[in-house]
Amino acid sequence: MMVIRIPFVTLFGLFFTALFFLVAIFAPLIAPYSYDEVVSNGFWEPATSEFLLGTDGIGRDLLSRMIYGLRTTIWIATLATLLSFTTGSVLGFLAAVMGGWVDQALSRFVDLMMSIPSLIFALVILSITPITITILIVVMGLLDATRVYRLARAVAVDINVMDYVEAAKLRGERNGWIVFREILPNALSPLVAEMGLRFIFAILFISTLSFLGLGIQPPQADLGGLVKENAEGLTYGIGAALYPAMTIAVLAISVNLVADWVLSRTSSLKGGRG
Amino acid sequence: MVDSLIKVRGLTIGATVYPANEKPKDIEIVHGIDFDVAHGKVLGLIGESGAGKSTVGLSTMAYGRGGVRITGGEIWVNGRDILHTPIKDIRNLRGNEVTYVSQSAAASFNPAKPIMEQVIEASVHHGKYSKADAEDRATDLFNQLGLPDPETIGKRYPHQVSGGQLQRCMTALALCPGPDLVIFDEPTTALDVTTQIDVLAAIKRAIKETGVAALYITHDLAVVAQVSDDIMVLKMGDMIEYGSTNQIINTPREDYTRALVSVRSIQHSEQSPEGDAVLTCTNITARYRGTKFDVLHDVSVELFSGQTLAVVGESGSGKSTLARVITGLLPPRDGTIMFDGRKLSADLASRTREDVRELQMIYQMADVAMNPRQTVNTIIGRPLEFYFGLRGAKKRDRVLELLDEIEMGKDYIDRYPAELSGGQKQRVCIARALAAKPKLIICDEVTSALDPLVADGILKLLLNLQKIENVAYLFITHDLATVKAIADSIAVMYQGRVKRYGSKSKVLTPPFDDYTDLLLSSVPKMQLGWLENVLAHRKMESAGN
Repeated sequence: MMVIRIPFVTLFGLFFTALFFLVAIFAPLIAPYSYDEVVSNGFWEPATSEFLLGTDGIGRDLLSRMIYGLRTTIWIATLATLLSFTTGSVLGFLAAVMGGWVDQALSRFVDLMMSIPSLIFALVILSITPITITILIVVMGLLDATRVYRLARAVAVDINVMDYVEAAKLRGERNGWIVFREILPNALSPLVAEMGLRFIFAILFISTLSFLGLGIQPPQADLGGLVKENAEGLTYGIGAALYPAMTIAVLAISVNLVADWVLSRTSSLKGGRG
Repeated sequence: MVDSLIKVRGLTIGATVYPANEKPKDIEIVHGIDFDVAHGKVLGLIGESGAGKSTVGLSTMAYGRGGVRITGGEIWVNGRDILHTPIKDIRNLRGNEVTYVSQSAAASFNPAKPIMEQVIEASVHHGKYSKADAEDRATDLFNQLGLPDPETIGKRYPHQVSGGQLQRCMTALALCPGPDLVIFDEPTTALDVTTQIDVLAAIKRAIKETGVAALYITHDLAVVAQVSDDIMVLKMGDMIEYGSTNQIINTPREDYTRALVSVRSIQHSEQSPEGDAVLTCTNITARYRGTKFDVLHDVSVELFSGQTLAVVGESGSGKSTLARVITGLLPPRDGTIMFDGRKLSADLASRTREDVRELQMIYQMADVAMNPRQTVNTIIGRPLEFYFGLRGAKKRDRVLELLDEIEMGKDYIDRYPAELSGGQKQRVCIARALAAKPKLIICDEVTSALDPLVADGILKLLLNLQKIENVAYLFITHDLATVKAIADSIAVMYQGRVKRYGSKSKVLTPPFDDYTDLLLSSVPKMQLGWLENVLAHRKMESAGN
């Protein structure tokens, strides 16, 4: 029987992470209205039993928009993170295993990419390409892949000099086996922990892009975009922008707490199983 | 009481273990040990790894390493019960009355400070000597320990002296405050055999001249026999036998001690070279990428099928480089390798799968030679799948057969490496090599990380398998006892060259060249007075000096 004691803060993080993901997955079932339906003649109405968080600047239900916004944000962040991890870690492992000019070419290219601030880089690309969800995911994923590449390569360089990798090379194994069967299982712990952190950065990044107007385009909703739409209300003492802002904060903190816990568990001294 | 410096009664030591998926629990690792050390006497603590030697040794400073604590008994030092002494007094005891020499001097010295500063630190700190007096004293000790340039060596940094010299500097560090007791924790284990003898002699002389008492911890009975007055044999935290050195070596009472004394009992009669050569290296010269000097010069050796060629030498002599050249990891600059009648291409990538299969390797550290995330089934099964296309039940059956050949039970098949002992890990590595049905296995120091009794088992297994599978071994080692036990022919390497080469009887029969003589004579023998005898008859100094 596994005895796992989960600390309180992690439970807190797990609870909210699970809650947000469930809401994102079942958004159409939960949301009382559609995200683009104008349901009221007034604007920035206060919370009522009909509109639990009130309405936005043109009379749409804020709660519904937040539920759909959360769905978009999580969806994009998840896909971008997966893309960055697959690309970054496979290339990082290959660079470590093959060495030589492959390693040099990839690493210097990544250095070049990282020397440009990623927000500026993304803004430049998004201002000359049509903004679709696919392009957003690809741009975010590839920009983040540079960071994953660095971590994956550093971890793999250490593993690559172990005798069991040499034994596999002497057996005549191809790079595919060495990367996926010898290195990947041993590099998984730091990568999984890093994945949580990168996911948070992806959420913050897409929110920033949308806040700047280069992310999700209206009438579609996402958390950053909702902050932007409703920011005007703050001038009149209307707190509609605070709900999506707080959601971003709580989501980021919860995932962080979970990622921290994963990291501390996987890096503790243990035997083979784990 | 007065004549006994250290008196230990009923010492028990506990630790907390953290088994996977279970609650942490407290266990006892040393179970009630008694011993005495009189002023100026040396007690040897001997046992395999995990026997509790170091733990017992450190307890005489009232110290327990991470997670280890002294749970019961009495430890009297100079008439004081140090387990019931305020921490202030304990601090005054450590590094002053009782000092410590660790196994790895390289890891114990601060690389950023000159040696002298570190050697005198404890003496000055405890107020025993002024800085100038302590420096004079350290210089005397450097002199006593036979270090070169005793006046100036203290100004050097730790990386500027050799491993053997640094170990002697550490002995000087321990002796400088004029302690009553020095704990030597495997001080020569990490050194080459030819360097070990110098350090051993220096330690012995220093103990005699300063009249200090010592606890000498080692796993090598032959070493401890040279320096100690009494010996205590430990096993799994229990005292097995305790007596004078003479008694333990010459008339051991317990079976376990007898096994330790008679270790390396393997008898292997040498075979004359016959049949076809499985491996012929001709004039191999090699250097590492990006360097400007050759590490192998003109090396030519030959190995016949079903036989064992031992390659011996100190660290840095080029033994492992030779293995890298043969396996194709380091293409040579010059020379050819013939394998089973065909020429091997220099580079691993351009070798055929058949070449690669027939030439297998076993590593020194079985721990890192197996992927910790793979089970024994995957580890041994992969070559079967890769070379012979075996899958599923067929593969598993063959793995079980191989487990049987390496004398391990069927239950081990689904275990992970972390769930095996050191000896078992090495056996699994042997099975992995055998699975490929090789003609030649390169064994790179395969027994040097193992306890003597376990190593003995591995060597016996290798010899048995050789008879069954008719496989040839290229056996790389620095341990001449191993060589004598299993080799058919021997190549002695020194500074990248083959110094002496031929059949075992030829290489081990005088007249020797100076280096072979040094190497052979440096292997500690299990007899009293061996050290003095050897030092009196040596022709050349070791390279590390």
